[in-house]
Amino acid sequence: MKPRLETAAMDALTVRLFDTIDEGNMAWIIPADTALRHAFGNALIDLIPSYTTLLVHYDCRQLGFVEATALARNALNDLQPADIQNGQLHEIPVWYDASVGPELAPVAKRAGLSVEQLITRHCGHDYCVFALGFAPGYGFMGLVDEALATPRLTTPRQRVAAGSVGIADRQTAIYPLLSPGGWNILGRTAVPLFEYAKRGEPLFRPGDKVRFKAISKAEFEAAGGDITPLAERS
Amino acid sequence: MSTATLSVKQAGPLALIQDGGRFGVGHLGVTQSGAADWISFYWANWLLGNPLDSTALEIVLGGNLTLEASHDACLALAGADLDARIDDHPLAPNTCFTLKAGQRLIFRQPRAGLRAYLAFPGGLKAPEVLGSRACTAREQLGGLHEDGKPLQTGDQLVWLSEKPQAVRQLPEALVPAMPAQHCTLPLVLGSQAAHFAGRSLYQVFNQPWKVDQRADRMGVRLTGQALNSRLGGIISEGIPLGAVQIPPDGQPIVLMNDRQTIGGYPRIGAITPSACARLSQCLPGTEVWLQPVSATQAQVDHRKQLAVWR
Repeated sequence: MKPRLETAAMDALTVRLFDTIDEGNMAWIIPADTALRHAFGNALIDLIPSYTTLLVHYDCRQLGFVEATALARNALNDLQPADIQNGQLHEIPVWYDASVGPELAPVAKRAGLSVEQLITRHCGHDYCVFALGFAPGYGFMGLVDEALATPRLTTPRQRVAAGSVGIADRQTAIYPLLSPGGWNILGRTAVPLFEYAKRGEPLFRPGDKVRFKAISKAEFEAAGGDITPLAERS
Repeated sequence: MSTATLSVKQAGPLALIQDGGRFGVGHLGVTQSGAADWISFYWANWLLGNPLDSTALEIVLGGNLTLEASHDACLALAGADLDARIDDHPLAPNTCFTLKAGQRLIFRQPRAGLRAYLAFPGGLKAPEVLGSRACTAREQLGGLHEDGKPLQTGDQLVWLSEKPQAVRQLPEALVPAMPAQHCTLPLVLGSQAAHFAGRSLYQVFNQPWKVDQRADRMGVRLTGQALNSRLGGIISEGIPLGAVQIPPDGQPIVLMNDRQTIGGYPRIGAITPSACARLSQCLPGTEVWLQPVSATQAQVDHRKQLAVWR
């Protein structure tokens, strides 16, 4: 493992570990995150891990560019992979229904599956959380069964309801709060991801696993879910 | 707590509670936020002897935002000239002033710059979320009502100290110039710079860029001769403040305080924090030039800027 360091800004470095997305990347990204946090200490302003990289934003009042680069290089010198089986598994109940998941039918049709088969496949994998970003508590997860991979909508929706569960290419995610978005929406969960993120304790973190579980409308409503339909185009 | 309050008689298009920003939470997907022109924001707080990142009001455009004082209040104004008036009397920026009980402070329209900063003794009182009081509409975080909304008619502003720590004057020579034309923005090359054609790397620095209408606290689009990257998109990665991303149409977008934390367009580098402050004051149509600077030199300049307030 030879991490590459790149200049991202006056006071930020990108640590590049991989060139492709793979569930195995997290075994290296997570220990790199720990090592960098430890090495930079209170000179660290923000550390943003993603699929293949970590962005290190440091306090340039405390550390110069040359020092920061050396610090990052040393911190990653003897990096060892972590056991990512340690990541927590989260079960997310989802009400898959055309009213809150307008792309259920088109995605199923594209994959040559019935809607039931699509739901079974979407629930059939423990997805790896690669990164949090886009919105507070929004987790980029994958990899979705190749047969289900569907490109983003040509025109994004202005409003995607909180809790919406979607697919884009081989990724899947849950919208924590009402926001614009271009993913194919299959259903909705009542799990309040935004509330967790707002407290600084996101439900899941990079390296965790997420498993979706299909529930009925009654179960969704009992869990406090909002059944307002999602407009096909809004 | 202040006895005096300001009540919002008329909300303008966009007035936001801001502080230095929300840091240490980027890994949760939470954006940095904070005052876009942090230099003017620091001056506003400095005028009252506040800690420099005390919570203040970022007033964009003005648009007849009207604030009325319940009691006499000593405040400070810095940043853009939004043709501010106390009742009918003009109020120049970069000063401390007293708004007397019953008087109204009105921000009309931009005469130079885009964002004015109104500071209060001790800083504004507002609930803290994830370590900051900065208001981010897209994330529904911060602000008076913790919903990320800008000031609304009927809101009441209260601040932490009865009296300011100091009542200072800003020396004429130090007044930040509001960018008019030919504003220069230092840029540190990096990220995917190696994947741009040589001609594009030349064009970045050798043409005037025009600030587009599509400009807000998330990003500012620049228009000019297109820059071509050999990469269409990249695997999404963390984005620093000031990052200059080039979408497939070749027109750069400079990512500002409310940017998404990670993104997948190739970037040619990032402009410096001081350049972001200046760019945030540019009205659409303003011409800007990008200028190469090394990370080390940019840091030296940044420390020099910070030393002004010491």
